[in-house]
Amino acid sequence: MSLSVRHLLSVKDLTKKDVDLILKTAENLQEISKRPVKKVPALRGKTIPLCFFEPSTRTRASFEIAAKRLSADPIQISSFGNSLSKGESLLDTVKNLEAMDPDVLVIRHPHSGMPHLMAKEVSCPVINAGDGINEHPTQALLDLMTILQVKKKIQGLHVAIIGDILNSRVARSNIILLTKMGAKVHVAGPASMIPAGVEQYGVQVVNDIREVIPKADVIMMLRIQRERESASLFPSLREYARFFGLNKNNMKEAKKDVVIMHPGPVNRGVEIAPEVADGPHSIILDQVTNGVAVRMALLYLMCGEGERKIKY
Amino acid sequence: MKLVIINGRVIDPSQNLDGNCTVFVENGVIRDVAKAKRSTNGYEIIDAKGAIVSPGFIDVHTHLREPGFEYREDIASGSKAAVAGGFTTIFCMANTNPVNDNASVTQMIVKKAEEVGLLNIFPVGAVSKGLKGVELAEIGEMVKSGCVAISDDGKPVMSGRLMRHALEYAKTFKIPVVVHEEDLSLAEGGCMNEGRISTELGLKGSPAAAEETMIQRDILLSKLVGHHVHFQHVTTATGIDMIRQAKKQGIPVTCEVTPHHLVLNDEACRGYNTNAKVNPPLRTTKDCQALIKALNDGTVDCLATDHAPHAHDEKNVGMDEANAGLLGMETALPVLLKLVHNKQVSLKRLIYLLTVGPAKIFKLKTGSLKKGWPADMTIFDPNLSNTIDAEKFYSKSRNTPFHGWKLKGKVLHTICGGKVVYA
Repeated sequence: MSLSVRHLLSVKDLTKKDVDLILKTAENLQEISKRPVKKVPALRGKTIPLCFFEPSTRTRASFEIAAKRLSADPIQISSFGNSLSKGESLLDTVKNLEAMDPDVLVIRHPHSGMPHLMAKEVSCPVINAGDGINEHPTQALLDLMTILQVKKKIQGLHVAIIGDILNSRVARSNIILLTKMGAKVHVAGPASMIPAGVEQYGVQVVNDIREVIPKADVIMMLRIQRERESASLFPSLREYARFFGLNKNNMKEAKKDVVIMHPGPVNRGVEIAPEVADGPHSIILDQVTNGVAVRMALLYLMCGEGERKIKY
Repeated sequence: MKLVIINGRVIDPSQNLDGNCTVFVENGVIRDVAKAKRSTNGYEIIDAKGAIVSPGFIDVHTHLREPGFEYREDIASGSKAAVAGGFTTIFCMANTNPVNDNASVTQMIVKKAEEVGLLNIFPVGAVSKGLKGVELAEIGEMVKSGCVAISDDGKPVMSGRLMRHALEYAKTFKIPVVVHEEDLSLAEGGCMNEGRISTELGLKGSPAAAEETMIQRDILLSKLVGHHVHFQHVTTATGIDMIRQAKKQGIPVTCEVTPHHLVLNDEACRGYNTNAKVNPPLRTTKDCQALIKALNDGTVDCLATDHAPHAHDEKNVGMDEANAGLLGMETALPVLLKLVHNKQVSLKRLIYLLTVGPAKIFKLKTGSLKKGWPADMTIFDPNLSNTIDAEKFYSKSRNTPFHGWKLKGKVLHTICGGKVVYA
């Protein structure tokens, strides 16, 4: 079995079979992380540049750990010694990287579509680790894995995604992937945070989060990016927390077996109250754990190892 | 010098003329357009069999990039591109470096254009010094040096007060104020039309309302001051309807639309195609249809290309970072003829919008084959198959979304002031 796509640029490109393969591989590889010696030689000798042209801690660490557990050599690249500020174009940077014969390029970029453009320029597979406000496919896959572990199915589940849909690549990837896998997705938040034409994905849009909380099997809270894009989309954090935050109060209306997710980092007391983030319904840390497994699976499958049986 | 064009179908909307005629040119001016056979002895002959002979095309909206950005285009290369596209008169916008906001820059452009000598080039001066939108540029001086209008094109005049004063001041010098309409705060960060496709591509969009609110403001200011506002590259159904209503009320406004906003919509941005990044952005099919309707009902006064050359490196980046703009002059005719072949507009109306339409707005003595007028002419075959090949452009740049398009229509001869400037 191997993936039908060469690059992972968008969850749109993945077939259901691809998704199943990735998640199955992730499950198989997850056990490695539980061992005392967390390392197998599966990708020994493979070079994996992690090109993070935008600050990131958890995604970058997750990819690095994933690569290392498979014995690949991840190379951290932030902005290539600031060559961008020296006037080198980004495509030049990528061409230079390619000249070093990488096996997979992992790219995060503040501008939407950049991994797509780079994939056209390089000969190795490219993994989109988050591009602008566009997509974050690995996050959607790890979210899917986390939901499946608890709920055992996706088909027919009601998933509420709440908050800044407009600026969230996590939301966009999750909407597309969850819908594709048969979930019923609801998005909720102030109208200033709902993108134009989001209905095209077959989601239900409401502005009052109290309408979706009782229906939801899964509630996915999004981070308020208070430092940037969201600045003028709502009046104050206090007001946001009051009307759009998940707290003990509105959780009373939720289903007994609801699970709460968040892509992190959490603004405690803003989009989610601490007692909910740390409460019994929260599976936020499981998401982080599964992130490593999903990224291991992708690196493994995309390094051309899909045909070979896993040996360790 | 004597020149005669025989066997062509002459279409000159300024005289309501459409028929097989012979066009006689002497000393750079039209001597006669005759239906009956007459001797052509002593004339240099151009045989236009199977082709259309029309007044020379006028493009009131181009960027020639000189001074300052000659690596993208200069007056010489832009001139060649223009005549290859059938244009005999073009306007060049002020966003050069230095900005054309004073007489010395205007004079330099006029002088260079004369040296190249292929066609009529009229500079459009800036509204504000440095295009900063704060103080008025030296409008009177620029008009005396050859500017035919003022515009901060590329940038809107965000201050309503400055726009009002620009209109009042321009009224003194009898030139229109030409405007790029975009509310910058609404458009901020947008690199394509806001809508279904921008959401799908995960790109920030600029809403139609960013353009429309400014159109409405300037209609009101035009009414207040009683002076002519010309709207550049109108793109939205609502915007064009506002202009239609304003005209009905007798407010002195005119407008242009571009070929690309007529035939392309925001779907063209798929694949993060930076050659489809243009400002104002490509809108929706519904908007294209509304613009085509407005071509026919007289709301649109002229066509203009907004020819905006950019170097490869300025486009071979992500959508957010790419410069906005596309090449227009060399593709305009075949792209527009698509509308004629699809029966969305008549050939005569199309020629009107490329000739007498723009000439009327800016009171130019061209755009007509009347006796005694300058012999500016375009001869083209509307049916000749033609694959757009950017590599063959005369422009220095290659940024076109039309590369590889199979279209019908090609310019055969361009004649300016009685001289064959392209063949």
